[in-house]
Amino acid sequence: MNIVVCVKYVPDATADRHFESDSTVDREGVDGLLSELDEYPVEQALRIKEQQDDEVQVTVLTVGPDDASDAIRKALQMGADKGVHVSDEAIAGSDSIGTSLVLAEAIKKLEHDLVMCGMASTDGSMGVLPAMLAERLGLPALTLASEVEYDAGRVRIRRDGDTATQTVEGTTPVLVSVTDQSGEARYPSFKGIMAAKKKPVETWTLSDIGVSEDQVGLSTAWSQVMATEPRPPRTQGEVVADEDGSGATKLADFLASRKFI
Amino acid sequence: MREVLVLVDHVDGAVSKPTTELLTIARRLGEPAAVFIGSAEDADDTALKTLKTFGAEKIYTVEDADFRQFLVAPKAEVLAQLVQQVSPVAVLVASGAEGKEIAGRLAIKTGSGLITDAVDVQGDGDSAVTTQSVFAGSYTVRAKVTTGTSIITVKPNAATPEQAEGAGAQQAVQVEISEGAKGARITASEPRRSSGRPDLSEAAIVVAGGRGTGGKFESIEEFADALGGAVGASRAVVDAGWYPHSYQIGQTGKTVSPQLYIAAGISGAIQHRAGMQTSKTIVAINKDEEAPLFELVDFGVVGDLHSVLPAATEEVNKRKG
Ligand SMILES: Cc1cc2nc3c(=O)[nH]c(=O)nc-3n(C[C@H](O)[C@H](O)[C@H](O)COP(=O)(O)OP(=O)(O)OC[C@H]3O[C@@H](n4cnc5c(N)ncnc54)[C@H](O)[C@@H]3O)c2cc1C
Ligand SMILES: Nc1ncnc2c1ncn2[C@@H]1O[C@H](COP(=O)(O)O)[C@@H](O)[C@H]1O
Repeated sequence: MNIVVCVKYVPDATADRHFESDSTVDREGVDGLLSELDEYPVEQALRIKEQQDDEVQVTVLTVGPDDASDAIRKALQMGADKGVHVSDEAIAGSDSIGTSLVLAEAIKKLEHDLVMCGMASTDGSMGVLPAMLAERLGLPALTLASEVEYDAGRVRIRRDGDTATQTVEGTTPVLVSVTDQSGEARYPSFKGIMAAKKKPVETWTLSDIGVSEDQVGLSTAWSQVMATEPRPPRTQGEVVADEDGSGATKLADFLASRKFI
Repeated sequence: MREVLVLVDHVDGAVSKPTTELLTIARRLGEPAAVFIGSAEDADDTALKTLKTFGAEKIYTVEDADFRQFLVAPKAEVLAQLVQQVSPVAVLVASGAEGKEIAGRLAIKTGSGLITDAVDVQGDGDSAVTTQSVFAGSYTVRAKVTTGTSIITVKPNAATPEQAEGAGAQQAVQVEISEGAKGARITASEPRRSSGRPDLSEAAIVVAGGRGTGGKFESIEEFADALGGAVGASRAVVDAGWYPHSYQIGQTGKTVSPQLYIAAGISGAIQHRAGMQTSKTIVAINKDEEAPLFELVDFGVVGDLHSVLPAATEEVNKRKG
């Protein structure tokens, strides 16, 4: 069986994130890493691999700049078998429409029974790519899984919606996206880190997957950012100490002054 | 005037408040046309009247008996067929897990650009200009769709619902759902128990508790009830199993933008701030005066929440008389 896990390389969320003058995300000035939310689908893929008697190949796929190979390496250290990195100058600035096209065409070139994604990327965090990929690949999508069960070509997930908790099922080939409730992701072991050095990583360009330059990139995006503006920082209001036990009264005074009581 | 399609969000026919916000926004862009997907019973007089009251000129009703057991894909097909038929200026969908997936699929199906999580949408000539809040609320971005139909998902509280009687002309739509859309089958569904409190994403007041509660949420709940607010939690609380995930606020939980947000025993990590930073008034109670959340507050109390909250609850109840 073959599992393809889509992982994104993102700027560190705890750092100060910026926009470039062309309104794209500054990916140079801030350290990057494997999106924490994409560790979860890697984890689920590895758990399926460990449970199966048959051989399971876990391939991690990323679309991103040169440094994005760091994201692949981390996933290989966790235990994935091989990596594919689609990197091409022309992809820079693509919106979700362009990125989903590149990912879909790359997936078509890979054997895939299961395609796994995170719930959202920690930078753009649109959370739409899995649905777009499913649409482009014509795959059924079991999205936002907080639990994944795989058994002989059948996948069953638990989906915690706003109004109900659902059980959703599908058969391979199928796309699954998982949430951060799906199970703690493992840390790479020393053995894993050493083993990752020998694992194969292929680098593909747009021509390798048959996508032309004018289908992707900032200039062909289907939506356009007109302006970006840092939000004025909030100014800190009054902070009182509760040492003498007056905190609650002062809090009530404040709430009353703002007409909340 | 060209139509603006609004996908109606409802539970068994009860139209959500965000839907009335979408109808209000739709009027800025063109002629609001509601798309109601549900059973014939769901599309009852109350539901239709609400849509009409908030400005729906047209109401497309789609009987979903044949595809109710499938996940979002059929709904995207319904909208795609309508987009084909009426070439609307825009399609507005409420930002939520399901809404975003529908919108993503619709964008691909119709060859249209997509903007998610708008906190405001304004008309500008023939196009819709959106405002988004990104990077945990530290940036504001204005954008528009340049290709195809503008497909926009809009966050709750992006507009104040305004009543404006529409014609509400009803039109039943027949749709063909492809076999492909039936691949993800819902085999069981357990409705969530209602807490009896206001819905978290829509509430005007939210009281949230963090790890500092030590799992004792009674004082959070009682303070929320005194103020008529909803209860929320940080991920630390959810991970510890103290409160259900559906109450989590932040990057991987709900985004809230209430009039008043009160955090007790929450440090204010960037991922938590991502979900509450745009609240109008922010209050924090924390025993550590260095807690990062204090940087955002309009009012803060440095103290132990276990004594401050019960006393504050009593004080509020007393003043309400
Ligand atoms: C990818 C990713 C996504 C995430 N998504 C989310 C998310 O959606 N939502 C979210 O909340 N977090 C999220 N997190 C986790 C986030 O980074 C923090 O770990 C989390 O918000 C911490 O919760 P907390 O503030 O309750 O706990 P802590 O950071 O432990 O803070 C507890 C606070 O309580 C105070 N305190 C303790 N006792 C008392 C007392 N008796 N009275 C008053 N104050 C007291 C302490 O001083 C401290 O400030 C995410 C993390 C990652 C990596
Ligand atoms: N550039 C990318 N390369 C590989 N996978 C991606 C990329 N962008 C998004 N994804 C996948 O799509 C999911 C949702 O991303 P998004 O829609 O951007 O929030 C992520 O969790 C990843 O699994």
